[in-house]
Amino acid sequence: MHDRDTGGNGAYGSIPRKEDARFVRGQGTFVDDITLPGMLHGAILRSPVAHARILSVDASAALAHPRVEAVLTGADLAERGLAWMPTLSADVQAVLATDKVRFQGQEIAFVVAQDRYAARDALELIAVDYEMLPPVIDARKALDPDAPVVRDDLVRDDVVRDDVPARARNHIFDWSAGDKAAADAVFAAAAVTVSCDMVYPRSHPAPLETCGIVADHNAVTGQLTLWSTSQAPHAHRTLYAMVTGLPEHKIRIVSPDLGGGFGNKVPLYPGYLCAVAASMVTGRPVKWVEDRSENLMSTTFARDYHMHGEIAATADGRILALRARVLADHGAFNATAQPAKFPAGFFHIFTGSYDLEAAFCEVTGVYTNKAPGGVSYSCSFRITEAVYLVERLTDMLARELGIDPAELRMRNLLRPEQFPYTCPTGWQYDSGDYPRALKLALDIAGYDDLRREQAERRARGEYMGIGISFFTEGVGAGPRSHMDILGLGMADGADLRVHPTGKAVLAISVQTQGQGHETTFAQIVAHELGLTPDDVEVVHGDTDRTPFGLGTYGSRSTPVSGAAAVMAARKVRDRARLVAAAMLELSADDLEWLDGKWRVRGDPDQAAGIAEIAMAAHSSLELPEGVEGHLDASAVYNPPNLTFPFGAYICVTDVDPATGEVKVRRFIAVDDCGVRINPMIVEGQVHRGLADGIGMALMQAIAFDEAGNCLGGSFMDYLLPTAMECPSPELGTTVTPSPHHPIGAKGVGESATVGSPAAVVNSVVDALAPLGVVHADMPLTPANVWLAIQGRPVRADLAVS
Amino acid sequence: MRVTVTVNGTGYTREVEPRLLLIHFLRDELGLTGSHWGCDTSNCGACVVWLDETPVKSCTVLAPMADGRHVRTVEGLSRGAVLDPVQQGFAACHGLQCGFCTPGMMLTARWLLDRNPDPSEAEVREAISGQICRCTGYENIVRSVLWAARHESAGGYEAPDRGDGADARP
Repeated sequence: MHDRDTGGNGAYGSIPRKEDARFVRGQGTFVDDITLPGMLHGAILRSPVAHARILSVDASAALAHPRVEAVLTGADLAERGLAWMPTLSADVQAVLATDKVRFQGQEIAFVVAQDRYAARDALELIAVDYEMLPPVIDARKALDPDAPVVRDDLVRDDVVRDDVPARARNHIFDWSAGDKAAADAVFAAAAVTVSCDMVYPRSHPAPLETCGIVADHNAVTGQLTLWSTSQAPHAHRTLYAMVTGLPEHKIRIVSPDLGGGFGNKVPLYPGYLCAVAASMVTGRPVKWVEDRSENLMSTTFARDYHMHGEIAATADGRILALRARVLADHGAFNATAQPAKFPAGFFHIFTGSYDLEAAFCEVTGVYTNKAPGGVSYSCSFRITEAVYLVERLTDMLARELGIDPAELRMRNLLRPEQFPYTCPTGWQYDSGDYPRALKLALDIAGYDDLRREQAERRARGEYMGIGISFFTEGVGAGPRSHMDILGLGMADGADLRVHPTGKAVLAISVQTQGQGHETTFAQIVAHELGLTPDDVEVVHGDTDRTPFGLGTYGSRSTPVSGAAAVMAARKVRDRARLVAAAMLELSADDLEWLDGKWRVRGDPDQAAGIAEIAMAAHSSLELPEGVEGHLDASAVYNPPNLTFPFGAYICVTDVDPATGEVKVRRFIAVDDCGVRINPMIVEGQVHRGLADGIGMALMQAIAFDEAGNCLGGSFMDYLLPTAMECPSPELGTTVTPSPHHPIGAKGVGESATVGSPAAVVNSVVDALAPLGVVHADMPLTPANVWLAIQGRPVRADLAVS
Repeated sequence: MRVTVTVNGTGYTREVEPRLLLIHFLRDELGLTGSHWGCDTSNCGACVVWLDETPVKSCTVLAPMADGRHVRTVEGLSRGAVLDPVQQGFAACHGLQCGFCTPGMMLTARWLLDRNPDPSEAEVREAISGQICRCTGYENIVRSVLWAARHESAGGYEAPDRGDGADARP
């Protein structure tokens, strides 16, 4: 089917990954593996408190340490104009604090020493005087008239910002989508409405490799070379140029092998800029690699959405409308990473997978004394929060109406003939066959048998839950007309060189963090050109060797950069046709692309493949007018729309009401991401996301106490799922190609992370239904489940209940 | 202080601070960067190596504690050009994505299979339960170890059919 659709030669499929040869031998090259001659090591002094004025920083004792080469403070950076940097949301963030510290773990000073142990030692020698300030910890109190002001820097005379409203200085934005009047009218007339307050607690992507950098500035040549944990090396290069004033062509970013990212390695972090400044000051390369606590406490978090959702329906279970009101905790600096016109990301796709009459959502963002971030952790720009809201509400509605949740969903899912479908908040879903996916999931699960088993267990006093989630994702940002980050349109380039022997090198702008681009992008090109994946080398992660593009996050690699690779390959193929025509002394019109070669129509044995054509294109063969020779081609892909993968998930749990312990017994996941380039890799992505769902739903949370102390600052406290908590997933596949993507593919990297938490929570609440539990916030730890059973649910985001 | 450690069969003597962690000794002193550091609190297992015959988290072992002992790292898993069945299994079963946890996972798997050549799925899960992977959800790691168990013969390593175990998926 793929071949007919795409004219390809069949290079898609579950082939093993090229990159594994080095990884299984321990020969990956991660940032911390890089050592340069004369390299120094940096370490960051961080604030122990959430909110305080800095009265003084005395680094003299640290500077006297025999192995310390330099210490940078906020004042030192201010002299160079580097004390503050822009965030990805057009706010500013302190690189090293000059006035106040605004969250526990904020950067105050940077020590540069001959080795990493000495750098750490010297941190202890820096004396900081603090004047303690009351912190803003509970987002729901951030807008109180008497709340402490987190960002007094924004209301100083010299940096007044017009967009800071008067009503509260911790206010960042108000944003809404949909038709309020229409939604209100539907709600007013609806036979049934259900509402719920729910917290999507703060979590952290926690890639196993923390963030780090090796910065090497050469004062003579003016060259700045950075080996950096970056999911978006080209965007970072532009940002470094803007922040440091160095000319962009003198900056090279190398993002080598990355030990996971999940959105954590999208932003620019203060530690990176400190290393750059330190290399400029010392004239030597400087490495900085954060430790785990620094990673969890200071780099970009995820979620922290306080949501009030409402759903309206007819008495016989037709869903009519949705409303949502959200308070978004953005921490001390507004550093969320999403297209600029969408301060709440793509949350307004909370219309989900159902045919609605109306929808309206409003989101208010606030500052608190917590680490900055918000959009990360495979969230598809907040679609994770949106799916959770609508799928929890759908389950609550099913219970209110006494309709089975699978049946309620089946009745309301969009039908295949409704696509392309424009939802009430304006998204145009490109393609889908939703009932087919849900039916497949129900079949794999043996749903009716599960419900019978549940009834039998309930009769015996056992608590078994069956939770369903149906999600619609929107990935592949995005159309340049309305999607940019800091003014950079979200298009990506691809350069394809075909050597005379027909071997090809594809250079791409996106950066794998484990997704296997070296394999899948080789498959894409091989499929288009009649080559094998081994004939195609994929170059990525080095701004000097690759074309500009915005990088890998939001499941955008295949939808955007993958499409660019296809378009470049098709340009090669088109030029190869002209060369082949010259070789065969025919008109190009006499040739057709068939089974990986240009063949003479009606005489398919007379043919030329890319290797022969490439040699001819480099030879003395006389080429037709307008053909320059060689086959190399470039493309920039500006996606016309997002792609909309979707899926149906079913989670089966067993809950012990005495201890509150939840065991995930089964996880069924049917994913439709359009055409699959490498199904093995797609399945691996889904496996990961299901583990994320179990983690977020059951154990992962970054909570704070009243003083603003982070309670998730190590892997002892921030619990991640292990092999013991993750079941063997049962996967199913449907394929509904994207109509606008050149090979019909959609993104998949985040689908399972987006879709699975709601299935887990729905399952646990379903298990506890006989005990009267209608909702409990994540993470559903044993303690939280037990308290929910007691009718005393807790605020999971705070250590105080 | 002076420590002498045999790593993957080669002896190394270095003058080190007594507090130097074994993971940093391996990575920074010997340049063996296949073992990774991930968490500080011995939760993640990215730093797992063998100390004599036992997997340890080398972020919580001091280099002097390895003095006079044998350490095995990922660089010592293959026999010459022939990959260990565990390495083949991880490639064959897509047992890795970013590759950061992989060395530690493979060393634990090798230890398990040396003691239990035919483990159940539950035994594999328990063996790796002290280590964290953020990419795979563990399913394909389990399959990789079971693949290795199926493909190694009693006396030694079975050569792969082709490439890096690229011959089969379970």
